[in-house]
Amino acid sequence: MVEKTAEETAEPIAPAGEAIEKKSLFGDQSAAKIAWDGLWKNNPALVQLLGLCPLLGVSNSIVNALGLGIATMLVVMGSNIAVSLIRHQVTDAIRLPVFVMIIASFTTCIELLMQAYTYELYKILGIFIPLIVTNCIILGRADAYASKHPVLPAAFDGFMMGFGFALILVLLGSIRELIGQGTLFASMDLLLGPVAENWTIVVFQDYKQFLFAILPPGAFVFMGFLIAIKNIIDKKIEEARKAREPAAQVGSKRVRVTGNIS
Amino acid sequence: MALVRQTSPHARGPNSTQQVMKLVLLAAMPGLAMQTIFFGWGTLINVVWCVLIALASEALILKIRKRPLSFYLSDGTAMVTALLLALALPPLVPWWLTMIGVSFAIIIGKQLYGGLGNNPFNPAMLGYVLLLISFPAEMTQWLPPSGIEGHPPVNGFMEALNSIFPLFGQGVNVDAISMATPLDIVRENSSLTINELWAENPVLQSFGGKSWIWINVAYLAGGLFLLYRRVFTWHAPVGMLAALFIMSTLFWGGTGSASHGSPLFHLFSGATMLGAFFIITDPVSSATSVRGRLIFGGCIGVLVYVIRAWGGYPDGVAFATLLMNMAAPMIDYYTQPRTYGHDKPKKGLPKTD
Repeated sequence: MVEKTAEETAEPIAPAGEAIEKKSLFGDQSAAKIAWDGLWKNNPALVQLLGLCPLLGVSNSIVNALGLGIATMLVVMGSNIAVSLIRHQVTDAIRLPVFVMIIASFTTCIELLMQAYTYELYKILGIFIPLIVTNCIILGRADAYASKHPVLPAAFDGFMMGFGFALILVLLGSIRELIGQGTLFASMDLLLGPVAENWTIVVFQDYKQFLFAILPPGAFVFMGFLIAIKNIIDKKIEEARKAREPAAQVGSKRVRVTGNIS
Repeated sequence: MALVRQTSPHARGPNSTQQVMKLVLLAAMPGLAMQTIFFGWGTLINVVWCVLIALASEALILKIRKRPLSFYLSDGTAMVTALLLALALPPLVPWWLTMIGVSFAIIIGKQLYGGLGNNPFNPAMLGYVLLLISFPAEMTQWLPPSGIEGHPPVNGFMEALNSIFPLFGQGVNVDAISMATPLDIVRENSSLTINELWAENPVLQSFGGKSWIWINVAYLAGGLFLLYRRVFTWHAPVGMLAALFIMSTLFWGGTGSASHGSPLFHLFSGATMLGAFFIITDPVSSATSVRGRLIFGGCIGVLVYVIRAWGGYPDGVAFATLLMNMAAPMIDYYTQPRTYGHDKPKKGLPKTD
């Protein structure tokens, strides 16, 4: 009860709050923690399992994965910044429609940009670019993080979450491209222009296409393996941490003074 | 000396996993022999190669999972999986293709789900479907059965061995001599009546042309033997064959060019009998209740016919089995038998609130 009144009285004195925020650039969280959350501990693709539809749908080659990864990253960052900027003006009741409209406009921008500069890739990715708007990561970060934090940490969080997503997308894309077609970095010029024309690495000569890896069921299998590997690494880290801690004493601490001790 | 006190029952039943698997292997032998007679040594080489890979991959995963090796390897389930997959493959598929299929079936289809008894899908069919969608060209190259004029069969052992393992020498060009199966021919036909089609294709006429019928009869015999030994009940096979029969009678289409083939043609073509007696009777991945097995088999029969007649593949036993494997738990929930002392059987999921 006392705390509540304190909060209520604190609200009108907004400038004081802003001052505190300014003092520590990232509010109550350190930049390292945000980065660690986005890249590993709370990775949107491996832990939250958000945005599986594009993740599994387009990760059949590195160029597709990288294209969609960058697009998603830009949308998350942009929407996080915009949501954070207007977080004091938007009330709870209308926040979701507002977020969705912001995200939709950013997605439209990205779509038009891709249509202008990477037309071939735009045609390959097709429906998955407009579908970025339905990617749960973006709305999730807007609602859970950006609407409660100042601009700079929100932007950094968006960048790190998008980067974590893009990283897994590219990793999955490279595995599937390698196993499915036996190449790496094929037709990267669709995304990066003529510089990347000769980047294709043919890992296996005369490789027979392994269609399973290119089709969606393969994506599920390889995604499962990636999650399993992450869990194994987490377990190893946890075990190492426990081993470093001093072992807790087991058993009774009372000293036995009667009877025979055998 | 410590005497281990055992509780009853003390009877040593004949239905250990090992014993059942031995019977299944034995019952598949007539079919294997028929396939070898008609398609040469390739099938036999495939079976041996598949069993070797299955045992090796099973041993590898058991070692990683720290399970006792000899206990699980000697129960014969990996061998049955390998055998069924090998029987479903075209006779001269290259060695690496078999290796991918069998190791996928054992490692991902069986062991990653928790090993024997925990796999929701039939491992052999999972491996087969993986190969079918990944390498459609190799997986549809069936050899001409021996005994057909104008199509020299691959009879030599070395010929077959070299075609499967090109490391040792040059084998036959499978692509050049491969031939459509009767199911393919009827499926692709759109202009000839059935009588004209029969006249046009020697594969459907001579002794060799009836090869698929003989193979199916052999599997039927093996399956009846297993029924006689009570390895499984009659419900699933009868359900499947009856449903296939009804469907192929209803949508027969007579002898015109739009015909899908007669009911007998469907019962004795492709993998019908192998599927009905050896694949859908898998005790792990099929439905468990008596009525459930009838429904399970019936739905598979319907699906097989739907895929054969209107689907994209000439045969559909593998796809139908996998689809119904997914539905098996739900079938079981709704077909629980009435237990003694209760008026009504329990149906559906237990209520949670």
